[in-house]
Amino acid sequence: MIQINHLTVCYNQTGCFAKASSLAAVDGVSLKIQEKSIFALVGESGSGKTTLGLAMTRLINAGEGGIVSGSVIVDGENILRLTEEKLRDIRGRKISYIFQEPASALNPIMTIGRQIDEALLAHGIAGKKKVRDMALESLRAARLDNAGRVYDSYPHQLSGGMKQRAMIAMAIAARPRLLIADEPTTALDIDTEKEILDLLLSLRAELRLSILFITHNIRIVKDIADETAVMCKGRVVEAGPASKVFRAPRHEYTKLLVLSTPENFRRGIKI
Amino acid sequence: MTNKLFVTGMAIVSVLAVMVLMAPVICRYDPVSINIKQALLAPSNAHIFGTDYLGRDLFSRVIYGGRVSMMIGLVAVMIALITGVVVGSISGYYGGVTDLVLMGVVDIMLCFPALFLILAVVAMLEPGIVNIMVIIGLTGWMGVARLVRAEILSLKNREFILTSRALGAGSARIIFKHLIPNAIAPVLVSAVLGVAGAVLLESSLSFLGLGVQLPSPSWGNILMEGKASLGVCWWPMAFPGLFILITVLGFNLLGEGLRQFFLPYKV
Amino acid sequence: MRHYLIRRIILTVPTIIGISLVSFVVIHLAPGNPVDSMTMLDPKVSFEAREKLMAQYGLDRPIYAQYMDWVRRIVFLDFGVSYRDGQKVIAKVAARAPVTLLINILSVLLILLIAIPIGAASAVRCGGLYDRFTTVIVFIGFAFPGFWLALLLMSLFGIRLGWLPVQGIVSLDFDTLTAVGKTVDVAMHLVLPVFVSCVGGIAGMSRYVRNNMLEILHKDYIKMARAKGIKERDVIYKHALGNAVLPIITILGLSVPGLIGGSVIFESVFGIPGMGRLFYESVMSRDYPVVMAVLVIGALLTLVGNLMADISYSVADPRVRYDK
Repeated sequence: MIQINHLTVCYNQTGCFAKASSLAAVDGVSLKIQEKSIFALVGESGSGKTTLGLAMTRLINAGEGGIVSGSVIVDGENILRLTEEKLRDIRGRKISYIFQEPASALNPIMTIGRQIDEALLAHGIAGKKKVRDMALESLRAARLDNAGRVYDSYPHQLSGGMKQRAMIAMAIAARPRLLIADEPTTALDIDTEKEILDLLLSLRAELRLSILFITHNIRIVKDIADETAVMCKGRVVEAGPASKVFRAPRHEYTKLLVLSTPENFRRGIKI
Repeated sequence: MTNKLFVTGMAIVSVLAVMVLMAPVICRYDPVSINIKQALLAPSNAHIFGTDYLGRDLFSRVIYGGRVSMMIGLVAVMIALITGVVVGSISGYYGGVTDLVLMGVVDIMLCFPALFLILAVVAMLEPGIVNIMVIIGLTGWMGVARLVRAEILSLKNREFILTSRALGAGSARIIFKHLIPNAIAPVLVSAVLGVAGAVLLESSLSFLGLGVQLPSPSWGNILMEGKASLGVCWWPMAFPGLFILITVLGFNLLGEGLRQFFLPYKV
Repeated sequence: MRHYLIRRIILTVPTIIGISLVSFVVIHLAPGNPVDSMTMLDPKVSFEAREKLMAQYGLDRPIYAQYMDWVRRIVFLDFGVSYRDGQKVIAKVAARAPVTLLINILSVLLILLIAIPIGAASAVRCGGLYDRFTTVIVFIGFAFPGFWLALLLMSLFGIRLGWLPVQGIVSLDFDTLTAVGKTVDVAMHLVLPVFVSCVGGIAGMSRYVRNNMLEILHKDYIKMARAKGIKERDVIYKHALGNAVLPIITILGLSVPGLIGGSVIFESVFGIPGMGRLFYESVMSRDYPVVMAVLVIGALLTLVGNLMADISYSVADPRVRYDK
């Protein structure tokens, strides 16, 4: 279970170290993510959802910005106060990531296998002898047939969907408890999207995984989310169980998001 | 970091430009008048940079030499720019066999060390300021040509999208409205950096005796004459070299500063 | 990849032809012909003697025929004989080439060994004191005129301090030295020329590595590597640096002509018996066959250098290696 308390993140250009909360990318956000839950973080571009995801393990480059205040509690410890070493323990082991563009998130000059091995070796999960087998296991768990061939391939040799699965395999290799998925299906076509979503759902069951699903796509969220939070301009405007929020949105912004679907458009529903 | 480069470079280049333009005003002595009795005097109030082995005032020689060196650098770069822009545009715009042939010429020219070609041509045609300017320019256009061609190619792809949207309205005008702002940046950077390179080439040529001919001063040939008194006095060698260094540094800083300035605006 | 290599090698043929053409044209730019300059000062040389001389050198034939004759000869590495001393040109060049090659290869190695770590460290410590300090040094190094640097070093290390020899490639008593002594002697003579040769390259390359690394450090796969919990040191050296150095291979290839051209200057200043100085001497004495030969060979060396760089790159970059 992960608890985020009043997290505020700023980017350097906005100069908000001077003014407390005027142009924060993430402004005083509090969330709670349960075990085995799919938590959807919804908002349009610039709402701060990606920043929130990155900030949870302090992945924002020091030169670009930083966390101004707040806390992220994982297993009783505040991530934002941890040493580099302990932080590295959490990264990949307890919390891991998948990103939107698999082509740019995979190192082009390393084989997939090596990139997965790295994650396992870094956390001491397997020695050099066993690491290949464990990596192949992860690849198979990500529903990649021909795991051996993928293991030896370079990213450019795989299709978009396969790259995304490879990235997922990389992320789950160390059996994390929370997977932060930042727009994982936005760059995929509809069929591949469905496969990846299915995969994520089944992984949630198999591996007892929680997923923080960051997206702007309401359609997906309606299908798979347990809990949800809607972000707008760095603040959470509405949060709660997904079914309640989408059936009966209270905040104006949420109403806009929920109701602006193609079906409603066709039915002529005015917002 | 970025603005510092540009500002420093601009400062250096401006100071140099002023010094060189004001040569008749700031130089007390005639750069070519010989006065053996005053040979090899150390720097003093009378001669700020000292005198050379023929008694000529080094300060005047360095400043007037700067005029020649900078002028050669600027004209050579202009020649390189014009040639490069023309070749690159034709190559990029027409494509096909023309492109293949022109880029083949670029590849061939790039195989020759610039100094080799320049030395050979200058020796064939006898050194002279015009010859030097032309040949330095003609060995330096290849980079600009490639840049311009790349810009045009990338715009040609967008052109098709633009023309289909604009329903074929004035596509040529659209190209030029987008081409010029986008292409100007790398070409300008290339030109500024090119002046630095040209000054280095000219001074190397003059140092080897095939550049500006004595008694006309140029930083390179002052150094060549100063080489003889290497162990004896330091001033005929120090000042011209220092000026070359500062000039090249100034233009390089200016060019790098411009490049960083243009980075975020590359569409 | 074999297709790529074969295609690449075949494509060098038109370039080689072009090189020979340009070299030929450059030499024949001079008004008049070589026989004139050889015999102009001798009034006793009769018209018939001049005609015979011209026929001997094939100068009475139309220019394109002269070109074909010349090409036919150089394919067999017959570059004719020197106008200056009658020696076979190819022999002269072959005697001088190893020194120049040695110095340039050492330069390239030094550039790689020194510039890559400096550039990478600058990128990682971007904006800090180290970065700003190295930037200043790099810019100055890049702007330093080679011949001035050579003179300054010569004056400082050779004349004033006497630590290093400043002329030639071997000392006067070379023959009396042991094998080890000979190696050391040559090495001492090489220190200053190699340094002058690689200063500019180190400066330029380290700046390039820095800028490239900076771009790469902002890429998604670096973020992903950190997100996996990998040590920061491994992130930088295994992930970032590996990607940063790939284009360096290409840049190295592009800097070969600069290195070869630069050898004219420091070989002249330091009196090194290399190809650069041979070229300069031949140009000054209008020894056309040698000039043409060095032009062609210099350009061919560049071509070979570029080819090797391309091949190395296609082996190193998996995107090219495993692609049709």
